[in-house]
Amino acid sequence: MKNTTAIYVNGLDVRFGGFAAITNLTLEIRYGETRAIIGPNGAGKTTLMDVITGKTKPTGGEVFLDRELDLSALDEAAIARRGIGRKFQKPSVFEALLVEQNIELAVRNGQGFIAMLGSRLRGEQRDQVDEVLSLIGLQEERKRPAGVLSHGQKQWLEIGMLLAANPRVLLLDEPVAGMSDHETARTVELIARLRSPERAIVVVEHDMDFVGEIADLVSVLHEGQMLSEGSMEKVRTDPRVIQVYLGR
Amino acid sequence: MLTAKIKNYRGGPGLFWLLLALAVYLPVAIFMLGESNPLHLSLYGANLIGQIMCFALLALALDFVWGLAGILSLGHGIFFGIGGYAMGFYLLNGAYAETKLLPDFMQYMGWREFPLFLQSFARLDSAIILGIGGAALVACVFGFVTFRSRINGVYFSIITQALTYALMLLLFINDLGLGGNNGLTGFTSLAGFRLADTRTQVGLASASCVALAFAFLGLNAVAKSSFGQALVGVRDDEARLRFLGYRTDRIKLFAWTLSAAVAALAGMLYVPQVGIINPGIVSPMLSVEIAVWVAIGGRGTLIGAILGAVLINTMKFWLSSLVPSVWPFILAGVTLLITVALSNGLWGGLKQLLRRTRA
Repeated sequence: MKNTTAIYVNGLDVRFGGFAAITNLTLEIRYGETRAIIGPNGAGKTTLMDVITGKTKPTGGEVFLDRELDLSALDEAAIARRGIGRKFQKPSVFEALLVEQNIELAVRNGQGFIAMLGSRLRGEQRDQVDEVLSLIGLQEERKRPAGVLSHGQKQWLEIGMLLAANPRVLLLDEPVAGMSDHETARTVELIARLRSPERAIVVVEHDMDFVGEIADLVSVLHEGQMLSEGSMEKVRTDPRVIQVYLGR
Repeated sequence: MLTAKIKNYRGGPGLFWLLLALAVYLPVAIFMLGESNPLHLSLYGANLIGQIMCFALLALALDFVWGLAGILSLGHGIFFGIGGYAMGFYLLNGAYAETKLLPDFMQYMGWREFPLFLQSFARLDSAIILGIGGAALVACVFGFVTFRSRINGVYFSIITQALTYALMLLLFINDLGLGGNNGLTGFTSLAGFRLADTRTQVGLASASCVALAFAFLGLNAVAKSSFGQALVGVRDDEARLRFLGYRTDRIKLFAWTLSAAVAALAGMLYVPQVGIINPGIVSPMLSVEIAVWVAIGGRGTLIGAILGAVLINTMKFWLSSLVPSVWPFILAGVTLLITVALSNGLWGGLKQLLRRTRA
């Protein structure tokens, strides 16, 4: 039987000098779910992403993929190759490269770069590029440099780059920040289509309406600790959450 | 016809053939065309072309890491110098074997015989391996440490600049036994060919054209491959590439080491053509100048780097003898003008202009 836990965080502590960014955080994210992580600025959301993707090493506690792979021992590239894809807050695409070249780099996944000197993509890799381009709706733009895309298109392209690596865990840091309502609606659709029983999706977001539309479960962080966890309705009516968000 | 070609030029083999044609033209112009023929070339002219080709090769090496991968080296003179000194040691060995006279600086130091550590450069093949391999090794060790520590951008540039300055000061020390401030000179022959012979000098100039042609072809192929795209990825957003599963430090290290090897080759070809090498070759000034050639020609295109190096050095040879005191101002003016008016350099500007007139 398949182990259903994707990411398991247990008693996580992250300190930067004297500042405690995350204190004793425990969190479990399962395959098939879309989890939203919300919280005010400085709550530790991005730090949590950094720990899962290997950018920041934990001061204490554990982070596992599939309950067996210790992520704190691996670097960013190794973690990415294990199937954890991350979208950054600000759209991060390779602006000088064509849209399709962006996806191609993602399909190659950093394996065997000496071989990259000579080899072209294999047939099934080409199909994968086409598939991703049609999923994110950028097929018409494939021969244009990524730098000329609109803000929303760049966000989708970046999500497409993650998809090209066929990730088991998808971490999206504020995917709709700065998007128009129309673009946000399309992103909701896109994320809904990314759902799969073999994939966990984690979204960090400020936009409550967006979170309500996509998330199965919501975790609220506050000052590096877990404040509340549950469905959107439950979290919304939690008096501690109301206090943190609305103040006393 | 030509404008359309330039506009759509994506780095095909055109320049490669042009450089090979130049390599054939040089001996023809000197030995077969009479002085009355307008295409006739003096030995001085051929020698200048050979030197300029070496500088173009050096600029090509820098553009490969700076233009593509965004790694600005202000110390590429180090690798040029390592190649140059290796060639210098080889030529000294040859001169000693012929004349049985120790080079002046060794006599001043009271040495009775040719030092053992310089005898490892006695054969041309071992000198080439030590020169190019040595530069690659230095680049590899330095790159390994800095790229792993994620030293990037201006910090990296400053370290390379400091290193080239340190190497220059080191080479200035006379007691080191590497020629000191006077450098190495008094060369007689290369692989059995007399350096004073016109045919040898023309051959070296042609060889420089050929080396540039093949280096361009090779680096251009790398730039157009997926690996080249990954290099551009490093430049545009290294963190993004890392989070896609790429070990960006290794990608950079490979490109950096390759670039250093090409720069060393340029140095090896340069020294027998000028007949001397001294610590000035690793002065910070030369290393900054290389970056200026690339910026003026247009970085990230390889062809632009060659164009910039050829243009600026041609102007330099011509104007620094004609109006020596004004030359630095001209260079500064041209640099300012191009960085302000043509951010993509001459080659980028040319392509843009043609695109606009056609559209």
